[in-house]
Amino acid sequence: MTLTPTPGQTIGPFYGYALPYPGDSELVPVGHRDAIRLHGTVYDRAGEPVPDALIEIWQADRDGRVPQVEGSLRRDGYTFTGFGRAAVDARGHYSFTTVQPGPTGEGAAPFVAMTVFARGLLNRLFTRVYLPVERTSLATDSLLQSVPEDRRATLVATPDRDGYSFDVRLQGDGETVFLQFPGA
Amino acid sequence: MQQALSSQALSSQAPSSQAEIDAEIAEIKNDYERAGAEENQPRLDYAPYRSSLLRHPTKDLHHADPESIELFAPVFGHRDLGLPESDLTIQHTGEPVGERIAITGRVLDGDGRPVRHQLVEIWQANAAGRYIHKRDQHRAPIDPNFTGVGRTLTDGDGTYTFSTIKPGPYPWRNHYNAWRPAHVHFSLFGTEFTQRMITQMYFPGDPLFALDPICQAIVDPKERERLVATYDHDVTQHEWSTGYRWDIVLTGTHRTPMEEEDPGA
Repeated sequence: MTLTPTPGQTIGPFYGYALPYPGDSELVPVGHRDAIRLHGTVYDRAGEPVPDALIEIWQADRDGRVPQVEGSLRRDGYTFTGFGRAAVDARGHYSFTTVQPGPTGEGAAPFVAMTVFARGLLNRLFTRVYLPVERTSLATDSLLQSVPEDRRATLVATPDRDGYSFDVRLQGDGETVFLQFPGA
Repeated sequence: MQQALSSQALSSQAPSSQAEIDAEIAEIKNDYERAGAEENQPRLDYAPYRSSLLRHPTKDLHHADPESIELFAPVFGHRDLGLPESDLTIQHTGEPVGERIAITGRVLDGDGRPVRHQLVEIWQANAAGRYIHKRDQHRAPIDPNFTGVGRTLTDGDGTYTFSTIKPGPYPWRNHYNAWRPAHVHFSLFGTEFTQRMITQMYFPGDPLFALDPICQAIVDPKERERLVATYDHDVTQHEWSTGYRWDIVLTGTHRTPMEEEDPGA
């Protein structure tokens, strides 16, 4: 039996008192010995920051294991649940404190799965944030290789002082590659 | 070029009338009917919803076969929730004003299997059409006894239930005299991250439904109707609250039996 999925709708402007929660963007506490920062800005077609977007991430732990433990909504500071949520600030900027995900298989390129919601965006968008830890795995990753070369960079985070930056461009120059999964 | 587009789209020209928005909606509807290809999700590029103009991708979504982390979803459990989070009417010392309602339904995956023990989050305006959110400037009263946020876990049958107050419609600035039909925002997780979705539930018989570009961005009428809950007298409770039923279907799953942790499910 295959059912047609229920249609999505925009997150709208007023999620700010509902979806964010204390510790939502801290998959590990700030100052944790393995902590890295994953942050960036969401832009629209005009290059203006989008101040009403919500970003979620979902990732493997440092050893490449997929976490299957509860506790994302009430962080205890010790359990790595792999899920995080961050509302952007007035300048369209989001920031997560997390760990570097390990490769989930031999030679696999580590990536963070990301979902983007925003006012004005009628349905959520999926993308991947590849972390350029070793170039060889990026060069053999099947999804990256399937993306036209001139757009590939939109899926790869940029190392910076505290971790990585990854901007999301909803439309226009440098538009992020967004993903469609089979059966969607 | 880019500058021109942005200044055009963001210029302070007079807002459109409802009649102009209606005409745009009708034209897109006619084009959809002529084209004859079924669409079951909202258009991302839907000009009658003005805020979508600069915020929809113009390139086709890129096909991806889900891998590793994408084949699983975050796990939520009772550790994640406080006790009264599924009853939005008892979160303060007094009773909220408005029509007390229950909303219940099942969350299913694309194969019709219940999504068990998974997080469902809702948020909504109060009975007067006002959100607690600080950016909501609508001059309708805030209800000190109503926040409008709920969380729950589905049960072993995929069923969720919330007790709340029927939200009011509210004005917004998409066009002149624009009003959103009464709705409840729903946020859902499945068993795979690829099933993550946020949507809105509407109420039967709402005259604003046809005028609203956010609803109408789902161009197929039969799909659009799926966002409308059903009044269910069996959910209505004697001398207490009226009841609505609304089931949600997520997209299909991709894990193979080898990867399935509960193949007997």
